Amino acid sequence: KQTVVSRESNLLIFGVPSNMKYFLYSIFSNMCIKGSLNSLSHFNDYRLLRSSKNKTRLCKYSMVFFLTCIHLQSIFDWNVKQLFLYLSAEYSTKNNALNQVVLWDKIMLRGDNPRLSLKDMKSKYFFFDDGNGLKGNRNITLTLSWNVVPNAGILPLVTGSGHVSVPFPDTYETTKSY
Amino acid sequence: MDLFGDLRRMNKRQLYYQVLNFAMIVSSALMIWKGLIVVTGSESPIVVVLSGSMEPAFHRGDLLFLTNFHDDPIRAGEIVVFKVEGRDIPIVHRVIKVHEKGNGNIKFLTKGDNNEVDDRGLYKEGQNWLEKKDVVGRARGFLPYVGMVTIIMNDYPKFKYALLAVMGAYVLLKRES
Repeated sequence: KQTVVSRESNLLIFGVPSNMKYFLYSIFSNMCIKGSLNSLSHFNDYRLLRSSKNKTRLCKYSMVFFLTCIHLQSIFDWNVKQLFLYLSAEYSTKNNALNQVVLWDKIMLRGDNPRLSLKDMKSKYFFFDDGNGLKGNRNITLTLSWNVVPNAGILPLVTGSGHVSVPFPDTYETTKSY
Repeated sequence: MDLFGDLRRMNKRQLYYQVLNFAMIVSSALMIWKGLIVVTGSESPIVVVLSGSMEPAFHRGDLLFLTNFHDDPIRAGEIVVFKVEGRDIPIVHRVIKVHEKGNGNIKFLTKGDNNEVDDRGLYKEGQNWLEKKDVVGRARGFLPYVGMVTIIMNDYPKFKYALLAVMGAYVLLKRES
């Protein structure tokens, strides 16, 4: 049966003997985002999995990540109808001075559980660059931001104050796509 | 009807006064609208949401207030209102990808929150990215339901004419005593 877990473990089996092609980072252990003050300090753990390089020489990446313990209760005041959370990657390449790509998003309505504990979340959208700028890029910054949608009024965009820097591998992997 | 009684009793001067009054109201409204266009930098500073592609944030009939300052950079996560080349309908969606060159040239991709796929299917044939010139404005503020009046007026033009006729008649005929 093809489940996410079985596919991941298949990839790991292929990956481990072949030269550390997967990057496993455990940067910090625990992370809490509280209200508007804060801080995506880090991802608990993430993995970069590369799916196949297609004919037009676009390099696609997917990321698997963990986010634990996000408390957003204090942002939900009387005028907040919903929060649109999104994880974006920002980096620079020789083609473009600034690139921003949204990897994952979530809508959190007033009344939903304000504690987000996400494990094994795959990035929702494939991570493409305009060109080949992701290969060997040492400095890709991931930040969590949110758009506050009020019942009526201003629509602010808030960026969480922490970020994680991710280096991308220098070579394309040639493992199977998933 | 009292209004018509007033009209018969008016002399020429009062009639001119009424017409001027009417003209004042119309030109004040126009001034405010044009003033808003200048202040916000957007050709259409107030738009009505026409589709459900941004639900549950915005529903059909909600009102959005836009700004379009030249120096405001376009960044991922922003809600932009844009028009596809050749089409008049403004679309309200969120920016999900941005690629900006050193010289300020920006190209970006949008997607509606409630849509499964990005907007490439909505763009012109062969167009893969939007540019600054396609942007009508950035959504900065929001009022629910108020825009429904515009949608009703568009869908039922007779209602629009009737409303305008009643308002016009009222202003023209009402006498300030």
